[in-house]
Amino acid sequence: MTLQLLAIILGSLTIGSALMVVLSKHPIRSVIYLVITFFFISSLYILMNAEFLAIVNIIVYAGAIMVLFLFVLMLLNLNKQAEPTTSLFSKLTGVLAAGALFSVLIAALKDSLVLGKNYVPSNPNVGLVENLGNLLFSKYVVPFEVSSILFIAAMVGAVLLAKREKQIID
Amino acid sequence: MIPAVSTIGSSLDFFVVVAIALFSIGCYGVLTRKNMIVLLMCIELMLNSVNLLLVTFSKYYGASDPQIFVFFIVVVAAAEATVGLSILIMAYRSNKSIDIELFNKLKD
Repeated sequence: MTLQLLAIILGSLTIGSALMVVLSKHPIRSVIYLVITFFFISSLYILMNAEFLAIVNIIVYAGAIMVLFLFVLMLLNLNKQAEPTTSLFSKLTGVLAAGALFSVLIAALKDSLVLGKNYVPSNPNVGLVENLGNLLFSKYVVPFEVSSILFIAAMVGAVLLAKREKQIID
Repeated sequence: MIPAVSTIGSSLDFFVVVAIALFSIGCYGVLTRKNMIVLLMCIELMLNSVNLLLVTFSKYYGASDPQIFVFFIVVVAAAEATVGLSILIMAYRSNKSIDIELFNKLKD
């Protein structure tokens, strides 16, 4: 019972901090709230016995990607100019669209939300490093190698795009 | 066979709802915010909601494969953030602003 309570508290906190990402005016606050959201999502992973993914989520998302965002944000030094304001109409449209999406997805899944009733306790070691490593290096070894090519492409692309063009001196 | 120590099973429905809510919040952010960095962050939020859904169903079925998919989604998200941020820096250099409306100029 305490586990359910914990799940409800952590899930609500996840939704709350995700809302703060969208609603806060200052981009740096958004980044901080996004890091908090990722920590809460990692805690949900731990509740579901996915320990490896929880650690990967913290290291890669909160540790690397968000630091990259923060770095770019501080590099651009945007605090002089104000955030471009959004009109009330587009805000209203956004709320309407997101609410419609939420209710449609909930309505579509309403009859299949019986996971709790049908759940049979399965192997709790599914999310451990040993299992995932065995699977990653046997069945999914080709996508794993291809992802390294993707990383090299992304790295070269990032360097090429962000490089300052040569000044033409005449 | 396996002792029923884990009672998280009855919360799995709630996790699905949390994932849908996170996706909708990210969608709202993409639709309304004009700051390009916040837009990219909302895309990360949507990717994370999908990850949460995959892990939930991995727990439900007791399978490892969805967690490998989550791993690859994290990889792709990292690559996407890198390229997106460098495009953003390029746009900032030419316009001195990161308003998303500036991309309307691409039409002309």
